Amino acid sequence: MAVAALKPVDHYHPSPQSSAKPMVALQDVRMAFGEFVAVDEVNLTVADGEFLAIVGPTGCGKSTILNAIAGLLKPAKGTVSIDGKQVANVGGDIGYLFQQDALLPWKTSIENVELGLMFRGMGKAERRALSMDWLAKVGLKGFEDRYPHQLSGGQRKRVQMAQALITGPKVILMDEPFSALDIHTRHLMQNELLRLWQEDRRAVVMITHDLEEAIALGDRVVVLASGPRSRVIDSFPVDLERPRDVAEIKLDPRFLELYKNIWASLRGEVEKSYARK
Amino acid sequence: MHANSVRLVQLVILVVIIGGWQMGVSSGLIDRFFFPPPFEIGGQIIRWVTDTSFYRHVGITLSETVLGYVIGTAFGVAAGVWLGLSRNAARIMDPFIKALNAIPRVVLAPIFVLWLGLGLWSKVALAVTLVFFVTFFNAMQGVREVNPVVLANARVLGARRSELLRHVYFPAAASWILSSLRTSVGFAVVGAIIGEYLGSSAGLGYLIAQAEGNFDAVGVFAGIIILAIFVLIMDSVLDVVENKLIKWRPNAAEKPA
Repeated sequence: MAVAALKPVDHYHPSPQSSAKPMVALQDVRMAFGEFVAVDEVNLTVADGEFLAIVGPTGCGKSTILNAIAGLLKPAKGTVSIDGKQVANVGGDIGYLFQQDALLPWKTSIENVELGLMFRGMGKAERRALSMDWLAKVGLKGFEDRYPHQLSGGQRKRVQMAQALITGPKVILMDEPFSALDIHTRHLMQNELLRLWQEDRRAVVMITHDLEEAIALGDRVVVLASGPRSRVIDSFPVDLERPRDVAEIKLDPRFLELYKNIWASLRGEVEKSYARK
Repeated sequence: MHANSVRLVQLVILVVIIGGWQMGVSSGLIDRFFFPPPFEIGGQIIRWVTDTSFYRHVGITLSETVLGYVIGTAFGVAAGVWLGLSRNAARIMDPFIKALNAIPRVVLAPIFVLWLGLGLWSKVALAVTLVFFVTFFNAMQGVREVNPVVLANARVLGARRSELLRHVYFPAAASWILSSLRTSVGFAVVGAIIGEYLGSSAGLGYLIAQAEGNFDAVGVFAGIIILAIFVLIMDSVLDVVENKLIKWRPNAAEKPA
């Protein structure tokens, strides 16, 4: 029970960094495509239960970092490790929420949700029951037998969430997960995500170009320099209490102050990336 | 235009063509040796259809077609998926496949007769060579055009290679493969008929060849029409199969929720 005691119990303690063990660690990582170096000298640690948001100008190689953590891409230099073990392959303890529609269009909602469990060898009845629970959790009870094309964009995102989280991954990766949704649906989904995450806190690495989203959701916001050879240039702890409501928190004076500070850092990089075009 | 009026216009076109043809022959404007009157052709078809020995011919052509179709499709899908997945294998095999595909298949018929005799299997072989390439190219394309995000998602969820094949590659390629299956039904029939035409003792192609040998234009036309109906029936069977297999695809009637 010693471990449990170390974990922050009250919701008003937003940053578990100090107490929890590091879950994701990137050491001196370089991602390259042939001659082109997208990111270089990236050092990042995400604590267990920490929600890390990465912001940066477009084309700075944010997604490559996520793909390196997922094992989809191999770093040209440096190491990526999850829970102390170096990432060598795809299909570890990871939940990945993609920006685009990533559901298998030939499978119904429930078949999509249960995929991760099926690949892990869980029996049919058991995984069906669990998937039903998860569909209900994301508010899609009764939509089990719909194909993705029969769902709205927000509903598809919900199925994707259930699909990514059902295996109880140690790390959740998100690549601008809500950027394709309209603003109201986005707020709804962000709150939904926070609710699910609050129930069972995992390490999260979210990439976004939306600074408001980064502050509203994250425990910490990291700023990447403009590419190529992008690096981490700044890191801001977000000391806003949880549970949060993403729409309301934007009116909080501390939110505005954080926004100002981070934007001051991010702005230069955004301008640089435009100047280069 | 309303569906009923479309049908009506289609009927009128048919009546005008057949009626004009029949009248042309009756009035002597059209030579009945080359263009026998439609009613005679119809009579020939009815004579065949009511004769039990006719079904032996249909049965033989049907089994050649189906065998050629199934074998050619199976090989085509297997080879297409394999080369679609392995860029290296595709690069190595590319010139050979192009060379094989460049051979006009009809010239292979005598060789197949030499190897496999005048019976069923020489026709099946010819149909296979026609069907294989159509399915092969489509299956390869289907596998290559798998959505990379869906693929990455399945991999992150823990799918192994065999599971990727079953849950991602095959379903993604299925619509491509199925669309090629419809084209290849036609090819399978062509293979079977040409094979019979060039040398056989039974089948619809044999019937046509025999009629032609007797300068019997009625028989040739009747054979052609029977063949057309034959292919149409197989096509509509495939329609049903396709709708059963790909029920996940959006169609116009369904609105997203």
